[in-house]
Amino acid sequence: MDQAYGIFLYVVSLLTMGGIYAILALGLNIQFGFTGLFNAGIAGFFAVGAYVSAILTTAPSARHLGGYELPVAVGLVAAMVVTGAIGWLVGRICIRLRADYLAIATIGIAETLRLILKNETWATNGARGVSEVPKPFEHLPEPWNQVGLMLLVLSIVAVLYVLLERARTAPWGRVMSAIRENELAARAAGKNVEKFRIQAFVTGCAVMGLAGGLTAHYLKFIDPNAAEPLTATFLVFVMLIIGGSGNNKGAILGAILMWTVWSATEIATSRLLPDEWAIRSAYVRVFLIGLVLQIVLQRFPGGILPERRLRVAKGGKSGP
Amino acid sequence: MMDFINFHLMPGVILGSIYALGAIGISLTFGILRFANFAHGETMTLGAYFAFTLVQLTGWHPLAVLPLAMILTAVVALGVDRVFYKPFRAAPAIMVVIASFGMMLMIRSVIQFSWGVQLKSLVPGIQRPYILFDALRVSPKHMLIVGSALGLMLAVHLLLSRTKIGKAMRAMSDSPELARLSGIDTEMVIRATWVVGASLAAAAGVFLAIDTHVETMMGFKLLLPVFAAAILGGIGRPYGAMAGGLIIGIAEELSSYAWLGDGPLLAPGYKAGVAFSLMIAMLIWRPSGLFRGKVF
Repeated sequence: MDQAYGIFLYVVSLLTMGGIYAILALGLNIQFGFTGLFNAGIAGFFAVGAYVSAILTTAPSARHLGGYELPVAVGLVAAMVVTGAIGWLVGRICIRLRADYLAIATIGIAETLRLILKNETWATNGARGVSEVPKPFEHLPEPWNQVGLMLLVLSIVAVLYVLLERARTAPWGRVMSAIRENELAARAAGKNVEKFRIQAFVTGCAVMGLAGGLTAHYLKFIDPNAAEPLTATFLVFVMLIIGGSGNNKGAILGAILMWTVWSATEIATSRLLPDEWAIRSAYVRVFLIGLVLQIVLQRFPGGILPERRLRVAKGGKSGP
Repeated sequence: MMDFINFHLMPGVILGSIYALGAIGISLTFGILRFANFAHGETMTLGAYFAFTLVQLTGWHPLAVLPLAMILTAVVALGVDRVFYKPFRAAPAIMVVIASFGMMLMIRSVIQFSWGVQLKSLVPGIQRPYILFDALRVSPKHMLIVGSALGLMLAVHLLLSRTKIGKAMRAMSDSPELARLSGIDTEMVIRATWVVGASLAAAAGVFLAIDTHVETMMGFKLLLPVFAAAILGGIGRPYGAMAGGLIIGIAEELSSYAWLGDGPLLAPGYKAGVAFSLMIAMLIWRPSGLFRGKVF
């Protein structure tokens, strides 16, 4: 019985963190999947969202800026606004250049944001991070507090999914894929390519900020390691590409699937292998996930659920 | 004044020559293969670790094993290109950028697995700097670094200007279609690009390791300043990359000099942000770089 309960709690935590990754993957899908914008700085936006929401909602502390004790919902909205604003600034500068430049600039912004979070100790408590972040439903009895948070995360995933599916099939989404496929033709059709790209980039960044905020509340703690490119940026890319870039269902599926693999292999290796090998096996895990990404890129570029092309409204012809 | 030269300008020149070597490779691959190679930082790390193992095996000075470390790194780069980048030659550039992003983590995890994550030093012990004219501090390892870096840059210059393959590389960087039409073997040029880029990256990694230590994240920390240097100099412009590297290195070190008042102008913790700011400024005002490189 105890074991079953343990497994139940593990599945709840898996779905909570998997759901947060699904939000990140949906955010990346708006940028990369729909519009072809390569954001290599997901970690930075994620971390800023986490810090903004954490600082706005925690009780006063001498170690960092804060003491506003605002409701969690306000913290999450503020996280989205701030990350969206940073995304807008980055977009204004780099969006007209080719994808590679955006990738370099975003990896740079993520590193710079990490430096700020680490060095501005008066606001962020530096490397020690912000702790005692309030967690929604934490006053409910075990396990309902965990289940409550999981349901909150999953319902945010569901709402985002519905909104993004709507956006994808709306004229807005069609302009996005037009820009991705043939920028010149989209421009010739009179579309303001820069404006649409910035919209996609800002929306995606705000969604990543939301995921960051949720993580801070879920873990009750946040430190500059949240901006670690490996677990935040790289894993999200792998999730989206394996699930199916351009497909919202694929983004969610890829996130839950890869998070399960990532976390299950971590537990398996730390339980089964002696300590020195457990540390080494972490590197093997990264290597294998990189290899899976390369194989998917080369052999199955569409991922598990490839992007479905929109059908032309009537006449039964499927359009490109 | 001497403090300025000893503790800001000189370290800037040393760091700058390391950046310059790394930036040449980034700039050439960007210009010739047309993609931003995110695995370039890890190539530098790999070169440093090859040198570390060779020094352990032979007991020679790092500079003596440098050529072999450069060759080994170039061989790895050629293999990586064959298996992971070549399938994307005709595909949109974004595919190969993602592939290189994945490669960055794969190479790093191989290094972490094989050598562990503890700091290692390439040259044991501390060297005392020479004091010239009673005030100028010059340490022998720094003279070696700057001297060898200049030598390698001269070699690159001779390769690009005097040899057939060098001219073909420049032609392909200027216009791949025209190069192909004039009968240049493009795959040959691509292989030459990897050899030049990876061996210079290995040298940059070894020089950084001589100056500081060997560490698994050293290449990733170099990646951003090296990209900044390549963009500053102009993509596809090796001479621009050299100039850009020196500018970025010197600017990073000068940023913590007490220009105004007594304290450092910029807290040393933000040194790494200087390269990024210069790069962003360049992207806003002159994306083609100082040497009129390419903008994609």
